[in-house]
Amino acid sequence: MRDSTNTKSGSERFAQNAPELLVALAGNPNAGKTTLFNALTGLRQKTANYSGVTVERKEGVWKVGEDVLKLIDLPGLYSLDATSLDEKIAREVLMGKLSDLPKPDAIIAVVDATNLERNLYLVTQLLEFGIPVVVALTMVDLAEKQNLEIDPQKLTELLKIPVIPIKTRRKGGTEELALKALEAAKSREKPDVSWIPSGSDVQEDFEEDIHLSLSADEAANKQIFARYNFISDIYQQSVNAVDEKEAKFSEKIDRVLTHKFFGLVILIAVLLLVFQTIFTWATLPMDLLDSGFGSLGDFVGSQMAEGMLKDLLVDGVISGVGGVLVFLPQILLLFLFISILEDTGYMARAAFLLDKLMSRVGLHGKAFLPLMSSFACAIPGIMATRTIENRRDRLATILIAPFMSCSARLPVYALMIATFFAGQTVFGFISLGAVLMLAMYALGIFVAVIVAFVLKKTILKSPPPPFVMELPPYRLPNFRTVMQNMFTRGWLFIKRAGTVILAISIILWALMYFPRHEPSDSIISYQTANNVGRNNSQPDDQHLKSKRLEKSYAGMLGRTIEPAIKPLGFDWKIGVAIIASFAAREVLVSTLGIIYSVGDDATEESPTLISEIRNATNADGSQVWTPLTALSLMVFFVLAMQCASTLAIVRRKQILGAGLYLCFHI
Amino acid sequence: MTLANLEIGATAKVKKVFQKGAISKRLMEMGIVPGVSIEVIKAAPFGDPIEIRVRGYNLAMRRNEAESIEITR
Repeated sequence: MRDSTNTKSGSERFAQNAPELLVALAGNPNAGKTTLFNALTGLRQKTANYSGVTVERKEGVWKVGEDVLKLIDLPGLYSLDATSLDEKIAREVLMGKLSDLPKPDAIIAVVDATNLERNLYLVTQLLEFGIPVVVALTMVDLAEKQNLEIDPQKLTELLKIPVIPIKTRRKGGTEELALKALEAAKSREKPDVSWIPSGSDVQEDFEEDIHLSLSADEAANKQIFARYNFISDIYQQSVNAVDEKEAKFSEKIDRVLTHKFFGLVILIAVLLLVFQTIFTWATLPMDLLDSGFGSLGDFVGSQMAEGMLKDLLVDGVISGVGGVLVFLPQILLLFLFISILEDTGYMARAAFLLDKLMSRVGLHGKAFLPLMSSFACAIPGIMATRTIENRRDRLATILIAPFMSCSARLPVYALMIATFFAGQTVFGFISLGAVLMLAMYALGIFVAVIVAFVLKKTILKSPPPPFVMELPPYRLPNFRTVMQNMFTRGWLFIKRAGTVILAISIILWALMYFPRHEPSDSIISYQTANNVGRNNSQPDDQHLKSKRLEKSYAGMLGRTIEPAIKPLGFDWKIGVAIIASFAAREVLVSTLGIIYSVGDDATEESPTLISEIRNATNADGSQVWTPLTALSLMVFFVLAMQCASTLAIVRRKQILGAGLYLCFHI
Repeated sequence: MTLANLEIGATAKVKKVFQKGAISKRLMEMGIVPGVSIEVIKAAPFGDPIEIRVRGYNLAMRRNEAESIEITR
């Protein structure tokens, strides 16, 4: 997970100018760090993950006159005491503990002028790493609007490090910041920390009615107390605050958005809007991608000589990877909305509104976002769990995320509903299909709640997680930040899922391809059909494909697991489709297409596939599929089956849930 | 009296932060140290968590956490 993404050429070009100076960008969440990072590096940046963890690692190249600095953007931090994953990583970077990253030569501390005291606390910690620190004072214009007059000169004097005000617009101040940072990085002068209070003398300073509790962490708490007192002093001396009782802009908005009643109504409306948009807007690009991969397969098929390699490329790699990449538009749109909601500050409000509900099942309010993402795809959902600090809470969220019906399961539900429940209504006017569809989503949520509850009571037992979360002021989303978040996350998704999906596609292809069995009487029709291309396949050819699948390892496997899935009402053919759908959930539809000799380009709306499924009979003449079978399969998809890519990311014993489920059904 | 008992709209001074696992440290790191004043802004729809204002910014915490903050008027 260490390879560069979009600016490989850039960093290679600059790598020649060694020795390269490394500058770390550190600051509180919402302090304007990302905006500053973008302003300094422009497009010369790359995003990856720190090895082994899902913490984003952003690096960029910063040109200052003749010199070139390497800039690393640390995750947002409140402190460096390593209680969360983000803090632990940041600490390791600053201590030079990462094997592939030298100790930084300087730190730029990003300090939000509208939130000076808490931001300065982090600065007092940053100074302790023995690396020169330069403060970038952001949101200065915002502070002015709030009638906060900050004196950067005075701050520089008191903190004994350079403090450079940065204006949000027109890159104001970045040039001075560049000079100071370069100077600092070259000097390698250890910052003067003698003025930072240690806290050891705190006891005497206490007023009579103010105490710190005495216990194991006493010294640490005393130190925090002493530092904040000191910061308060600095604040008094350098800031002229015109005290006004008038509620701030954000609080006015919050009167509605976190209102006891309207807040929830609006939240539900926002979610509905997001999902509605994801499912409607994404349809067109998804269809385009789908037909694109189809044409690519046809093209490659027509250009290559007959043989195994061609079949591997066309049926294995292109259709397998294509089958998953088709969902990219949906995932990008989801990331777009999440980025906007995060960037405006609404996401924290959503967690605030829902925390009580989530805590009832032992989850954190922050688990809401990953779970919501999982409705599009569990993988980005699981990626988003990193903001949850407590390890057990994070694990519980990861384990239940796949119960949210992802969009790849939609075609499966749609096929079953179209085949067995189309046109039926409940109470005469509500379509049964819609009710069933909703029921599948609800079932997933319901089971997730139960599983979370059980997990938190048993193997992931931990005291109720502390919930302390900043509600940042509302801000207009920054177009560039939003776009960048969307694309970097989308790219991480492709990389994470892509590698696994490729491997799984090849394995599944091989399972369905070998052993090669050629019924002699069909060879001719097979060859002609292949020359014509896959969309114009003759019925004979379809039959051959179906026969071949039956004789393949996948077919055998289907027969082997038949006793196990029989209680669910599934025969071996469904078994094969279930095995194939391990690559991506919706592959079930196309595999059923092959099995029932309709063709692998069958969709959930294809009439022939629907009638084939309806008419399929067992050896004894009874119906294979009943509405109950269909229902059973849908429920099976809600609960038991995760795709290989998700499993690869979860890497835990999620199968437990599947096992439990098998016992409980029918 | 703890922060959990403070009514909405009221302001009080922090007297003491009780040791309760890692949380007291986190609260103090966020600037909730003895002597600082805190205003309770509102409670979430189901009464929990609560939103407070401290050192010029807004923070949400559960009542469980608020109980570890002793206050004085």
